[in-house]
Amino acid sequence: MNPQRLPLSPAIIHEMKRLLGVSNVLEKSEDLILYEYDGSVEKGRPDLVVFPHTTAEVSQIVRTASRHQIPIVGRGAGTGLSGGALARSGGLMIVFARMNKILEIDIPNRRAVVQPGVVNLDITRAVEHAGLYFAPDPSSQKSCTIGGNVAENAGGPHTLAYGVTSNHIAALEIVLPDGEVARIGSVQGDPTGYDLCGLFVGSEGTLALVTEITVKLSRTAEAVKTLLGVFESIDDACEAVVEITARGITPAACEMVDGWTLQVIEDYIHAGFPRDSGAVLLLEVEGLREAVEDQAAAIDDVCRKCRAREVRLAKDNRERDLLWKGRKNAFGAMGRLAPSNYVLDGVIPRSKLPVALRRIREIGKQYGFQIGNIFHAGDGNLHPLVLYDPRDQRQFEQAIAAAENILRMCLELGGALTGEHGVGMEKNELMPLLFSDADFALMRRVHDAYNPDSSLNPGKVFPLSKGCGEIRIKKADGSGVMV
Amino acid sequence: MTLTANLGSRLTDAIGTHNVVSAPEELAANAVDGIVPQVIVCPTSAEQVVEVVRFALAEKLAVQAFGSRSKCEIGMPPGACDILLDMTHLRQVAHYDAGDLTLSVDAGLPLRELAGFLEQHGQFLPLAVPCFESTTAGGAVVSGIDSALRQQYGSVRDFLIGAEFVDGTGQLCRSGGRVVKNVTGYDLHKMLIGSLGTLGVVTRVNFRTFPLPAACGACLAGFADPHGALAFRAAVELRALPLADLEIFSPAASEILCAILDRTHASISNWIPRGIWSVYASYEGNQPVVTRTGEELQRSANENGARACSMLPKSTDEPIGGMLREAYEWLRWASPATVLHRIALPQLTAAVLEELLRITDTLRLRSCLLIRAAGVVYFSVFADSDNELSWNALADAAGPVREFAAANRGHSTILHAPLAVKKRVASSRMALPDEPLQQRLKQAFDPANLFAPGRIVGGI
Repeated sequence: MNPQRLPLSPAIIHEMKRLLGVSNVLEKSEDLILYEYDGSVEKGRPDLVVFPHTTAEVSQIVRTASRHQIPIVGRGAGTGLSGGALARSGGLMIVFARMNKILEIDIPNRRAVVQPGVVNLDITRAVEHAGLYFAPDPSSQKSCTIGGNVAENAGGPHTLAYGVTSNHIAALEIVLPDGEVARIGSVQGDPTGYDLCGLFVGSEGTLALVTEITVKLSRTAEAVKTLLGVFESIDDACEAVVEITARGITPAACEMVDGWTLQVIEDYIHAGFPRDSGAVLLLEVEGLREAVEDQAAAIDDVCRKCRAREVRLAKDNRERDLLWKGRKNAFGAMGRLAPSNYVLDGVIPRSKLPVALRRIREIGKQYGFQIGNIFHAGDGNLHPLVLYDPRDQRQFEQAIAAAENILRMCLELGGALTGEHGVGMEKNELMPLLFSDADFALMRRVHDAYNPDSSLNPGKVFPLSKGCGEIRIKKADGSGVMV
Repeated sequence: MTLTANLGSRLTDAIGTHNVVSAPEELAANAVDGIVPQVIVCPTSAEQVVEVVRFALAEKLAVQAFGSRSKCEIGMPPGACDILLDMTHLRQVAHYDAGDLTLSVDAGLPLRELAGFLEQHGQFLPLAVPCFESTTAGGAVVSGIDSALRQQYGSVRDFLIGAEFVDGTGQLCRSGGRVVKNVTGYDLHKMLIGSLGTLGVVTRVNFRTFPLPAACGACLAGFADPHGALAFRAAVELRALPLADLEIFSPAASEILCAILDRTHASISNWIPRGIWSVYASYEGNQPVVTRTGEELQRSANENGARACSMLPKSTDEPIGGMLREAYEWLRWASPATVLHRIALPQLTAAVLEELLRITDTLRLRSCLLIRAAGVVYFSVFADSDNELSWNALADAAGPVREFAAANRGHSTILHAPLAVKKRVASSRMALPDEPLQQRLKQAFDPANLFAPGRIVGGI
């Protein structure tokens, strides 16, 4: 489909209103502007926003849009950080916020069937009475929706131990670009034939729209301990993470916050982080009581050997919740310092953590930014945070350039462009750094197998501009950047 | 696919190697489901695999890759098999970052060799698949066969982090990477799992590795009926104990297991309860965790009416746990003609299992059950002779098994069957629920349908 922008005809708007009711269609400019943004630095305004309540309505919407060759983008709560839920080419935005029912809960088999607009944390709230929870826990879990989590293959702090969204999805109901409704995966979790769920989860809305999700539920651990390792320097904290990983200690979460970021968080949330430290590690261990005692002791030992000045154990749930509140609301706290911030999402091998953090500091100096670091250290998923003023075009461009340099550094260290936020329209032009022409050709064929006209979420994931060969990084050994 | 003259010598010219086998007796010995290949090629690099695939593409020849050949029988008979690719010469550890617990290995590296390598670093890959001594890393992924450690570590999709493979256009492609968390691009490497070689030729696989546990233990409990065994299983799962392996097997499966153990490990079979349902559980962690888990299992077994419950010493656990890992092997060779069904069910109850066993009772066939983690049931149906009459009876049972699985919101596949049964089942054309979408994936990976055509049920 040609992504060129054409105004929607009144007939289509009328058809949508007839199909969904007037209250489920937004067409006025002042309403549409709310859907122009997500959590990323990008923007793209839809021409029409619709709110379906059922799969049948989604199918009808898609059929209508398809007939008129209108681009479609799905959206949950719009908390994404890569522009995945933005209407880059205008067109129709399907917001799933009103498809928010939990349809079925099967406690004995640890499954729940939910609509895409269900908020992530609400799944856990619905099953916690039975000692179960939904494991992926993005920082935005109080507002982000499961449909968005599926599209982006979202992560979170505890995915270190339990895996990202893809590991917790058993089956999907999807609507294809021609309006066909299909089911993939299996309730039990092992499909016959190809693992299509494994493909569609994380495909960023470029293959199909997801209208029903069968999630796997995890059992709440018997015991949890939360520790805070306080370090004088980022280097020491990095060394502790490397040592924890190398010793085979398997915390459920291992988060790092640098000293500068800590001060900002403390001013805002008062979580109890030390203001004068170089970095802290927020670590959590879960499991049987005996395992938790052992692992907490081992972590304490590693931290002290890596010159931690203090290793603090959260003494109760209140203190634990407060520490996590500090971590999960950190990006909000940054809003106090600058009009905007750019959260990156690169991944590196965990053994390369010290060098990566040093390189980020250097890049910050080079571009004149104070770059904060609050990230999933345990799985090498960096979230450097660049504060900038979007009204200052030069500063904005410098922020983008610094970000690109950081991501290039991640790839040079053997890492990846995104660990949990997705490619979207933020990193699609960087994809040739990682993938060859052959890789793209296959990905494109897979894309076209399900979304042949690019009517679903056009302009995402795949690069639009430079040829793949033009900007690919060559490693010293000539092997390319991955496998 | 067309027959091509002098294929061996032309392939030798094309890939510049002498690793091309075209001796008729060797080709006949390597037939795949009765189809004798025209040539066997043993590539020593991914680039050579590319050359072979491009050759096959130009000549319209069907390609099937294999490793140790231990699981080549999984799947339907291929529609054609012209070039066999022996991947066992690609067997290097390409990359290992012990500090990051990540690994990249050639597809032909045997898992046993890999286990020895990782053990030196205090790590392992939880891919405890049957034929472990010979299975290659690539074969374990592509066959999609269950790992016995699935209860604790999940299936291979949970720790396969990337792959390199040659697609049906003859291009070397990569998906994923070498880091433990990565959502860059489509997860195409996950599509290779269980693809039976129909999507591409896998040349390298990347895994997340795990620290070896400090201690481990195992117990074996016996119950009068499946109800007791399942109640025990439900009780221990509720306690979130660190179980690595959890298997339930029927009295008939116990008999087969004991007969094998009697041949290989004299007195070990005395530990296995006879004539009743057995539950085997292995667990791991630090010593206090292992001690407590053992005690809790014992208590739970008693609470659920176990007739017997033994904590297995290491010398006993190793052969019993090892044989259970190998169930795919002994379940399929336990009678002159066997069909081994793999049935995945979302909900397991005694009534469901009894209903399954009634299918074979009604048809006067013997059968046995082994239940793995995550609701995976291995259902082996036996015939006492290997002749047409038996094959017909076994094929007659396949339909009701499939219908049983569908009626219980699950699905079944056939892991092993005599060729005649496979052909009958294949011709009965069991459509996959999402078959059109699967066909589109196959077409995207392999537009010319070069790779193992027809191996997946439904003709893919």
